Amino acid sequence: MQFWMIWLCKNNFLTPCPSPQGRGGKDENMPVNITINGTKIEAEAGQTILDVAHKHGFDIPTLCYHKDLSPTGNCRMCVVEVKGGRFLQAACVTPIWEGMDIQTHSPKAIKSRKTSLELMLANHPQDCITCDVSGECELQDLAYEYQASAPEWGSKGTRYPVNADPNPFIRVDMNRCILCRRCVLACAEIQVRDVWGVAKRGFEEQIVAGAGMTMLEARCESCGQCVAYCPTGALSNKMNYGQARAHQVTKVTTTCSYCGVGCQFDLLVKKGKVIGVSSNPNAPVNGMALCVKGRYGYDYIHHPDRLLKPRVRRYLLEGKAKGDIRKSNIESSSGDWDWVETDWETALSITADKLRATRDSSGADSIGVLTSAKCTNEENYLMNKLARQVIGTNNIDHCARL
Amino acid sequence: MSNSMDDVAANAQALFIIGSNTSEQHPVFGTMLRRAIRKRGVKLIVADPRRIDMTDFAMMHIRQKPGTDIALLNGLMYIILEKGWEDKAFIEERCENFDEFKATVMQYPPEKASEITGVPVEQLYAAAEIMGTTKPMAVMWAMGITQHIVGVRNVMTLANLQMLLGNMGKPGGGVNPLRGQNNVQGACDMGGLPNVYSAYQPVINEEVRAKFAKAWGVNSDQSSVNSGLSPKVGLTVTEMIPGILENKIRALYIMGEDPATSDPDSAHIRHCLESIDFLVLQDIFPTETAAFADVLLPGTSFAEKTGTFSNTERRVQLVRQAIAPLGESKPDWQITAEIAKRVIGDQSSVTRKIDLDAPWAKWEYKSPTDIMAEINALTPSYAGVTHARLEKGERLQWPVLNAEHPGTPILHTKAFARGKGKFMPIDHVPAPELPDDDYPMILSTGRVLYHWHGGEMTRRAKGLMEVYSEALVEINPMDAEKLGVNGHKTLRVTSRRGSIEAEAWVTDRVPPGMVYANFHFPEASANELTIAALDPVSKIPSFKVCAVKVELVK
Repeated sequence: MQFWMIWLCKNNFLTPCPSPQGRGGKDENMPVNITINGTKIEAEAGQTILDVAHKHGFDIPTLCYHKDLSPTGNCRMCVVEVKGGRFLQAACVTPIWEGMDIQTHSPKAIKSRKTSLELMLANHPQDCITCDVSGECELQDLAYEYQASAPEWGSKGTRYPVNADPNPFIRVDMNRCILCRRCVLACAEIQVRDVWGVAKRGFEEQIVAGAGMTMLEARCESCGQCVAYCPTGALSNKMNYGQARAHQVTKVTTTCSYCGVGCQFDLLVKKGKVIGVSSNPNAPVNGMALCVKGRYGYDYIHHPDRLLKPRVRRYLLEGKAKGDIRKSNIESSSGDWDWVETDWETALSITADKLRATRDSSGADSIGVLTSAKCTNEENYLMNKLARQVIGTNNIDHCARL
Repeated sequence: MSNSMDDVAANAQALFIIGSNTSEQHPVFGTMLRRAIRKRGVKLIVADPRRIDMTDFAMMHIRQKPGTDIALLNGLMYIILEKGWEDKAFIEERCENFDEFKATVMQYPPEKASEITGVPVEQLYAAAEIMGTTKPMAVMWAMGITQHIVGVRNVMTLANLQMLLGNMGKPGGGVNPLRGQNNVQGACDMGGLPNVYSAYQPVINEEVRAKFAKAWGVNSDQSSVNSGLSPKVGLTVTEMIPGILENKIRALYIMGEDPATSDPDSAHIRHCLESIDFLVLQDIFPTETAAFADVLLPGTSFAEKTGTFSNTERRVQLVRQAIAPLGESKPDWQITAEIAKRVIGDQSSVTRKIDLDAPWAKWEYKSPTDIMAEINALTPSYAGVTHARLEKGERLQWPVLNAEHPGTPILHTKAFARGKGKFMPIDHVPAPELPDDDYPMILSTGRVLYHWHGGEMTRRAKGLMEVYSEALVEINPMDAEKLGVNGHKTLRVTSRRGSIEAEAWVTDRVPPGMVYANFHFPEASANELTIAALDPVSKIPSFKVCAVKVELVK
């Protein structure tokens, strides 16, 4: 080693580069011995500081990091102090090496995190009081934890248009963006669509769709993965914007009603109404991923067209025969074919009487039952039992063929 | 699916997608495959007449003529055999009837396959090389394979291919039909089919009938048409509705289905439904079918009920009630049970006798958990699927043979269900209606990303309607130019059965000579045009090929 390099190392300007053996490179299966906050840990080689810390229950705050996405080391929230190093290391991208001695909450690390947060807040609207994601905003949580607030010298105005994109599902407010790039990675690595990218540099740096176009023009499939991964209110859901905050909704984990993939998610319920869908990271098939129908196609549930009361044709209540009214033109003005809302007992009795009478007069095989690929297993089983046990026919099918 | 979605995404080295628009119809599985392609460099071959989105990620797009899949696959298998890429050990140990199958495949040299399919010979060789040398390969398909008069033969041919390559019963391989509806797998598993009880126990099997007769308190023999359990296979949906006109069907009880929209040849379907004596429809919306109903019973959406759905990979998952049923609507299981109790009626006066003391004869269910207990008792593959286990977070894919059984993520690992895998010799059969001078173009039908089936749900979702608000007919730029389509223009598409008008989407997603339409919008539903020609075995209609003519309206 040259004398000046020794001088640099001694004075902490250079971190001595550990040997390949020290990084655990000689034998990948050799455990690596490190120390976190004074606790000695035997860790698997090839992991990052954050991997080991999380595994052993040490808290290191993160913001741009998400376990589903490639780490980028952007936000500097996960910086930790490594003994012998002059600079703080970003835990999410720094691999462990033999003998590493880490302090996760040294005064230097805490001060650095607070400063990073202040720099983000300096350029972030102070509108948590009306922001939709307040209460589930990771920036807000960390600012609270580190008691960081926007510095006096911070930016005062909005830099970008609010609600800037015409996408019907996704609300874009880049004023709230902290440039963590989770949206870019969620689109590239989860959805594999590459709608989002980073444009310009320095203070002008910003997240853009495509080459600065609308999301749909940039071939967005409106899956909402970017919203699900956004740690702030920069990307949020347009359909329920302003309807409820995190603490005002009940989450009910269920299975999607559209296709056969079987994604699970949480329905967000407020005052007896489904107001949204959010990803549930524990979903067996899909994890955080959903498609546009699953995430945003829920509003049919409360559509005004929903049938809320049983209905029967008027002729049934008046004891007329369908054959007779058919002769006199089924849609005629006599009103025999009009719908009449009725109580359950009336509708069920008419139905059961007609089915029993048809079976008794024309045989069980003159009745057909169509069960439903949209209904539950339990409901389908009952339709199968109804056709076979109660009516006595095998005329049962559903839309599997269609 | 013989394998699981995560298994295919994690372990396949090659993917063969034929007749599945995966990224639009199974979008999240589509993204799992895209991830596998981008992260692991998995080789994707897409065989589809349309340039679907998955072709952006494919190393090869085979663009066969619609309805020529058997010729394509036999041609590929000819090359695989010619080059010696078949898995000889697998064929020897696990399969039978190879020689007869081989004799048929030998009738499809690449030149002949190319002539039938329109796929260049060189591309056939290149595709066969990827398939023959990259293992394991998973095959995925959907309705693009099954909705033909040769649907069953298409599926068998794909099974032949996977047995030939030894890709069955292995991680990252298998035959993987992607089921369309959220619970179409479950509806089949639960006996919602005319030939089987739950878990595919055949109605023609005497022992099976005796088992259910005992459980349900019904005579095991059918002494009259109104007693016992019927030993006769019932009618499919595609037979029931036309059966109305032949007086075979007098009454229909429909739950959550919309045949007026989803069945082929809508005009004829409407004519049939108009003629029925009694139609009771149980649904959440007044669908197109409601116009023909005599009674309309308000069921509930998935958000208002508890139960289970089974997905395409046989995974049974909980559906949890999030809100109370809207208005006076009731969960569908309650409605069915109420109807059943009333039809069973007072046993002293009715003609059909049911012994309500039999173990599972009654209809007194307090919750879907009670129904699942009955399913467990009578359905071998669901014997161990309980709500309690699912609630604990257990991940169960049937068969789950008992309360301790962990489920079965991959089928056929040691042997096939029938023992040996049987190679089936299968020949190409042309589609029932091909273009001619009067109807010179091919129509294929399907769905789009932003809508679902008959569109009853998605047409009532505001955002989805903003993105895709009306029916579009995909037409190739060359055909569009011939018609003089320029900018927003409305097309009239006419078949021998009907006619629709819809806006043209000029795109090379469809090849010249073909148009593609969906059935999400009743005012321009592709099913006005489709032909009700059925596969002789599965009774699935030939939605993917019929002949049409296309004119410019304005």
